[in-house]
Amino acid sequence: MEDDWSGRWNHIKKFLERSGPFAHPDFEPSPESLSFMRDVCRILVIGAGGLGCDLLKDLALLGFKNLDVIDMDTIDLSNLNRQFLFRVKDVGRPKAEVAAEFINTRIQGCNVIPHYAKIQDFEESFYRQFHIIVCGLDSIVARRWINGMLIGMLKYEDGVLDQSSLIPMVDGGTEGFKGNARVVLPGITACIECTLDLYPPQINFPLCTIAHTPRLPEHCIEYVRVLLWPKEKPFGDGIGIDGDDPHHLKWIFEKSLERANQYHILGVSYRLTQGVVKRIIPAVASTNAVIAAVCATEVFKIATSCYLPLNNYMNFNDTEGIYTYTFEAEKKENCMACSSIPQTFAFSETDKLKDIIDYLIESPAYQMKSPGITTSVNGKNKTLYMQTVKSIEEKTRENLKKTLKELGLVDGQELYVADPTTPNSLTFRLNLGSKME
Amino acid sequence: MNTMEGKDKTNVDKNNKYDRQLRLWGDHGQAALETTRVCLINATATGTEIMKNLILPGIGSFTVVDGQKVLGEDAGNNFFLTKDSIGKSRAKVATDLLAELNEDVHGDFLEEDAEKLLDSNPDFFSQFSIVVATNLCERALSKLSNHLWSKNVPLLVCRCYGFIGYMRLFIKEHTVFESHPDNTHEDLRLDRPFPALVQYCDSLHLETMTSKDHSHTPWLVILYKYLQEWKKQHNCKAPNDYKERNKLKEMLKKGIHRNEEGVLEDEENFEEAIRSTNMALVPSKVPSEVEKIFNDPSCTNLHSESSAFWIMARALKDFVDNEGEGALPVRGTIPDMTADSERYIQLQQVYRKKAAEDASKVSQRVQQLLHSIGKGADDQVEPLRPFMPSPSSDGHTSLFSSVGLISEHEIKTFCRNAAFVRVVRCRSLVEEYDNKSTKLQELVLHLDDEEPDDAVFYVLLRAVDRFYEEYNAYPGWYNDQVETDVSKLKACLTKLLQDWGLSLNIKDDYIHEICRFGAAELHTVSAFIGGVAAQEVIKVITRQFVPFNNTYIYNAMKQTSITLEL
Ligand SMILES: [Zn+2]
Repeated sequence: MEDDWSGRWNHIKKFLERSGPFAHPDFEPSPESLSFMRDVCRILVIGAGGLGCDLLKDLALLGFKNLDVIDMDTIDLSNLNRQFLFRVKDVGRPKAEVAAEFINTRIQGCNVIPHYAKIQDFEESFYRQFHIIVCGLDSIVARRWINGMLIGMLKYEDGVLDQSSLIPMVDGGTEGFKGNARVVLPGITACIECTLDLYPPQINFPLCTIAHTPRLPEHCIEYVRVLLWPKEKPFGDGIGIDGDDPHHLKWIFEKSLERANQYHILGVSYRLTQGVVKRIIPAVASTNAVIAAVCATEVFKIATSCYLPLNNYMNFNDTEGIYTYTFEAEKKENCMACSSIPQTFAFSETDKLKDIIDYLIESPAYQMKSPGITTSVNGKNKTLYMQTVKSIEEKTRENLKKTLKELGLVDGQELYVADPTTPNSLTFRLNLGSKME
Repeated sequence: MNTMEGKDKTNVDKNNKYDRQLRLWGDHGQAALETTRVCLINATATGTEIMKNLILPGIGSFTVVDGQKVLGEDAGNNFFLTKDSIGKSRAKVATDLLAELNEDVHGDFLEEDAEKLLDSNPDFFSQFSIVVATNLCERALSKLSNHLWSKNVPLLVCRCYGFIGYMRLFIKEHTVFESHPDNTHEDLRLDRPFPALVQYCDSLHLETMTSKDHSHTPWLVILYKYLQEWKKQHNCKAPNDYKERNKLKEMLKKGIHRNEEGVLEDEENFEEAIRSTNMALVPSKVPSEVEKIFNDPSCTNLHSESSAFWIMARALKDFVDNEGEGALPVRGTIPDMTADSERYIQLQQVYRKKAAEDASKVSQRVQQLLHSIGKGADDQVEPLRPFMPSPSSDGHTSLFSSVGLISEHEIKTFCRNAAFVRVVRCRSLVEEYDNKSTKLQELVLHLDDEEPDDAVFYVLLRAVDRFYEEYNAYPGWYNDQVETDVSKLKACLTKLLQDWGLSLNIKDDYIHEICRFGAAELHTVSAFIGGVAAQEVIKVITRQFVPFNNTYIYNAMKQTSITLEL
């Protein structure tokens, strides 16, 4: 190989050209493993942020040559304390492009293809090109979406999974000094939706607390953000809050401080204001390095079979000492994404459509973001409610207040639910008997 | 508005650049980091990965000590060495590429073998806040660790061997009071309410207040009142088991208002009181970790060299034994709860004020103690945050600067964290390498199972060191010697276990796998250790969070890890 030099792969080759008692049972030591990594294997890295930068470096140094990276973000100054492929001069440029340039320059022969885009911009045919997909995302919705995509791509023949349709997914996540890494074999091991309860639902302060009984500095900031901004329109009509605009933040900070003083609440600071408005999650270089390393090691194992992959979940926390916990997350029998068991809803005729929507959002098992519901009446599609398209939302909003009976829904009716958390709509069977708890 | 083009480094807003980490260790943690000098011995992949994760968050400076030239295999697994650098000084190339990561950090290097430097100028290493060493052989490690131990310079030793990562921390004593524990009990004192709390609760009357006020009375007050009621009926005793607590919860349930039709009103505060009963009834007591610190000789026998931590720990102990009546100072924070703003803030003030009073009593004790050990107002005390380098007479920066007396702010912080203060004392290498060490005997507990835990890799790495000492090469280094090395390594292991007096049977599988590794350094194992090691350095420097004690093993084959005290 022309890019290579003597000794380049000495470290890697020991694992690929020698076997050992702890190797994967199917492992055959051979120089072909390295050629596969160099010439054939294609890896998709989703996210070029904290985890993504480390993942690209790790995979490139392991010998993976053909890497693609997707990221829709541009570089911000506050990324630089950990996203080490970016410099001050790169601020404002797309992360995927700068990361790819850096890796391609530093690692001889490496070919990182950047995609400055959203994952939703690509279709199945794009994802099908890859052998393994690694996620370094900070968004649960995006994780769930790609999970749904990979499960949707599975092919079954007479109920037996066609192995060639399976693309393993390695997923990492970090927050402060905590992190986790997992391996998902779609259709075989627990998927993201199977373990949705591992992600705590986002906590929002009740509106009445914010409006009437603030107690914490956060309540004051939320008051300004949610109630005062739309009322006072400080930067003109129709101008929403831009968390990166220092003028916006300064206004919110000062008004929050005013409100806090009024109630004798201590603790409103500019940093806290910024944190609440931008929903900032603390992040350090070290945790990202750790989790990316675990994920990249798992990609290496899956691609080469040099060892058995992680089965299937690892938790990490280094606040007090260094703690790891590795366990097998279990597949959920009635998982809405990866099981073939149809989902059922139990509601009563007098429940309103809004109750179904609320249930989909609030239930820990679904945690949807803005579900839309369609159904089929006499063979025709009928949209009951859709939030994502403004004109349809306006036309279907009335339905929310109607009871299921008024909407003409009957026992056993199939409802099709679409949501940003999944690329494919889900089918629910309506059970209009007893109401579920 | 995001473009920073044309801005030079002096214009980069550090608050913004470091924002995501300042939220974890604060401006004072960052200040400690920015005055730190780190020495890296050997710019291996593991070494440069550690430095990367220290340079990004902005340590003051680093120095790379490495006498080797870059080999092809180094450039193959190290992000901070390139093909063009083959044959050049590994120290220089790595320093250049590392320094480029963050313009706030100053980097330099010394192209010299660490072991030789130890012989010629051992004091070179004493100038650093901490020394990080990677892939040192046993002989060099012994010299280095003995020297730094005597100079009281912390040392972190890291090693990546195949799919195994290893770290060992050497630090005589590390004291922490900002440990930032993840889950903490609230400190509410319902079991021993202080007068101001009693007074406040008594000033509110659930029976006569409007229903709006009733449903907005903080649950703490409600629970206090029902608890008093319970005690009246039960010989002044609080509920002390599950059954009794449930009865108290029943009483609380009965207190929820009903509307005209007799249906229970939605009183979230009562629900919270019921949910919080178990937590709030846990008796306030001094945690055992803190008790241990109180009984530590450093706490009981203060002397003129005592550090600020121990002086405060002693003041805390004296407070507990006297005016605290067996309890730590009140922490002064309460959780959020359903309440109107006014009464929540009043209640919060009650706790805050008590905390301030307690802290001021501790502060008085600190002043008395300083006086009793002969420290006047202008004398120095070994500060809480060391490593604020100040030039000393011999031209080196001294570890302990003249920050002076203990500030009120520090005493307040200490009191607020009183339940979470920690002392970490690592054992020295001499102690670890003592064949009679009881810690070695305790390894049996990890290894006598059919499936030993990751402690087995500690033993194997020690056997590898034996092998290296004997054959001057690592087992499995050469492709054609893997098989013969297996039996040689097995002999080393047997000898080692004999020396330790352990009769253990370690499966041959492990020996084979270690020979398969052939001392290869897999980049991602280095990257993992690079992350955890950097974080441990940050803990040592900032004196926040709690470092591991003292040996950490990472098994990338299974993605498991273990911490051992050796
Ligand atoms: Zn699933």
